[in-house]
Amino acid sequence: MTGKKQKSKRVLPGFGLTMGITVAMLSLLILIPLASILTYSFHLSFDEFIALITRPNVRQAFLTSTGCALAAAVINCVFGLNLAWILVRYEFPGRRLMDAMIELPFALPTSVAGITLSRMYSDQGVLGRFLQGLGIKASYSRLGIVIAMVFIGIPFVVRALQPVLEKLPENLEEASEMLGAGRIYTFRRVILPELLPALLTGFGLALARGIGEYGSVIYISGNSEKEGTQVVSYIIMQKLNSGSVDYEGAAAIALVLLLVSFLLLFLVSMVQIAAGRRTRGS
Amino acid sequence: MKKEALKKWIAMGMAVSVLAGSLAGCGGGDGGEAEDSGTVTLTNVSYDPTREFYEAYNQLFAEHYQEETGKSIEITQSHGGSGSQARSVIEGNEADVVTLALAHDITLIEEAGLIESGWLDEFEGNSAPYTSTIVFLVRKGNEKKIADWDDLIKEGVSVITPDPKSSGGACWNFLAAWYYADQKFGGDEAAMKEFAASLYDNVLVMDSGARGATTTFVENGQGDVLIAWENEALLALKEYPDEFELVTPSISIKAEPSVAIVDENADKNGTQEAAKDYLSFLYTKEAQRLAGENFYRPSDEAVLSEFGGVFDLDVEMCTIDDFGGWDQAYADFFADDTIFDEIYNQ
Repeated sequence: MTGKKQKSKRVLPGFGLTMGITVAMLSLLILIPLASILTYSFHLSFDEFIALITRPNVRQAFLTSTGCALAAAVINCVFGLNLAWILVRYEFPGRRLMDAMIELPFALPTSVAGITLSRMYSDQGVLGRFLQGLGIKASYSRLGIVIAMVFIGIPFVVRALQPVLEKLPENLEEASEMLGAGRIYTFRRVILPELLPALLTGFGLALARGIGEYGSVIYISGNSEKEGTQVVSYIIMQKLNSGSVDYEGAAAIALVLLLVSFLLLFLVSMVQIAAGRRTRGS
Repeated sequence: MKKEALKKWIAMGMAVSVLAGSLAGCGGGDGGEAEDSGTVTLTNVSYDPTREFYEAYNQLFAEHYQEETGKSIEITQSHGGSGSQARSVIEGNEADVVTLALAHDITLIEEAGLIESGWLDEFEGNSAPYTSTIVFLVRKGNEKKIADWDDLIKEGVSVITPDPKSSGGACWNFLAAWYYADQKFGGDEAAMKEFAASLYDNVLVMDSGARGATTTFVENGQGDVLIAWENEALLALKEYPDEFELVTPSISIKAEPSVAIVDENADKNGTQEAAKDYLSFLYTKEAQRLAGENFYRPSDEAVLSEFGGVFDLDVEMCTIDDFGGWDQAYADFFADDTIFDEIYNQ
C-alpha cells in the first residue's frame, strides 16, 4: 500500500486544484476579515473589553437580538413549512409565481424593506392601524424587529425544505394511514422526522441572518435604549457612526456577536446530528 | 504521481497569485489621466442633502471653467452619510474634493494624512461657503403651538430626533437645545440637565440618522415635531407644502458644512488647481444664490439678505466653538457615560 495507490483511488479529478482555489477564496473572503476583527478587538485591554460588553445597553442589545432572532426563526419554521408544503404538494393557479416570489426578500435592499415595513406597521399604516385597534404596537417595538426578521428569514426555511419535501414519497403518508395512524400522528411521527434535519438547517440560517441583521431592522425598531429595542448591529454602528470613530469597540462587540452566533449554530447542528441519527434508527 | 504533483503546484501557484494580485491591487490606483486628454475629471465626495445643489452647481462651474481655461471638466458626485463618506475617503475613495456636513469629518481625513493641515483657513469663513441651522418642522396648523424649545418639553408633545450616539448630525440638535437651556437657566447645570432630560423624555422614536427620522415623521406620521436641519426641513416643506410648517426657535446652532481639497489625491491626479477653482467658485454671487435656492444659508451677507423671506435672519446662533470645538463637545456630551447617557437614562 503505497501513497501512490491511495491517491489514484480518488474518483473525481482535480482535487488539488479545487482545494487550492477553495483555500485561497476562504482566506481572502472569510478568514482574513475575521482575523482582522480579532486583532482590532485585541487592541482593548481585557478589562476594557469586559467593561464594554457588560455595559447595560450592550447586554440588553444581545438579549434583544438573540431573543427576536430566535422568535423569528421559530415563526419562520412554522410558516416556512406551511409554505413549502403547499408549493410542493398542491397544484393551484399562481403556484409558480408564488414560488418565484419566495426569494424577493433577498433581492430587495434591506433598508427599502425596513422603511416599507415600518410604514405599514406604524400606527398610521395600513396594517399597523388595525393592530393599534387591538392594542398592539408593531413598528418601534420588539414585535417590529421580529416582523423584519421574519421577512428576511423566510426564504431560508422554504428553500431548505422544498427539495426534501419533493423527494418525500406520498405513499409514506398513505402507508401510515393504512396502518391506522391518524393525521396528526402521521405528521408527527412520519413526516416531521424526515423533514427535521432540513427544517433545522433553515432554522439555523434564518437565526444567523436575524442575529446580524441591520438594514431592515433599524427603521422599524425605533432603536430605543429605554424600551430595549436596540439590536447588536445597531450598537456596532453607533461605535462607527458617532463623533469618535471607535473601531476597537465595534470590533470587540462584533467578536462577541460572532461567538454567540457560532454557539447557537453549533447547538443547532448538534440537534441536527441527533435527529439524523434517530431517523436512521441506529 | 508526477501529474498529481504538478497539479498541486499549479493549485498553490494560483492561490499565491490570487493573494499577490489582490495585494498589488491595493497599492496601485487609477487616476492620473486628468490633464492630457483635454477633459479634466474631478470627484466631489459630498453628503446626502447636497445632491440637488451640486448637480446645479456642477453645471454652472463647468460653463465657467470652459470659458476660463478652454478645457471641459467632468465632475463625479458621490453622496451618503457624512461620516461614512469621510471614512470611505480615508479607506481609499479617490476624492479630489470633499464637501461634507461637519468640519470634524474633514478633520478625520486630515488625521489620516490625506489633507494638509490648515485647510480650515484655505477658504473664507472656516472653509464653509454656506451654512445651516437647526429648526423645527411641525404639522400644518401647529396644533400643539410649538414656537420655541420650551414647548418641546410640554406634556403631550412628541418629538422626533435621531440618536446622537449614532448620528453626528443629531448631536447638533442636542447642543442647540443645551445652548438654549444655558441661556434660559443662566448656566445652572442641574436645571439644564433636567431640561434636556424632559426633552428626550418626549422623544417618541429615535432613529439612527436624519434620513430615518425624516421618514418616521413625514412618511409614517409619527410625532408632533421633527428637529431637523433647516435645509432639509425646507426641502420637505417644498415637497409637501400642505402638510407641514417650519418653526425657527429663538436660539439655535450654526453649522458650517465645510469643503476641502484632498491634497494627496488631487496632487496624484494633477487636479489641485481645478479643485481649488471648483471650491473658490462656490463663493461667487451666482453660486451663493444657487446655495440659497437650495436652502443653504449663503455666507455672503448681501446674498443672504436677498433670502430674508426664506430664512429667519433674527435667530440667535451659537457655534460649535461655544462648546470648545467638536472633539471637546463630543467628549463632554456624547461619549459613553457622559451627559447624554446621564440625562437619557435618568
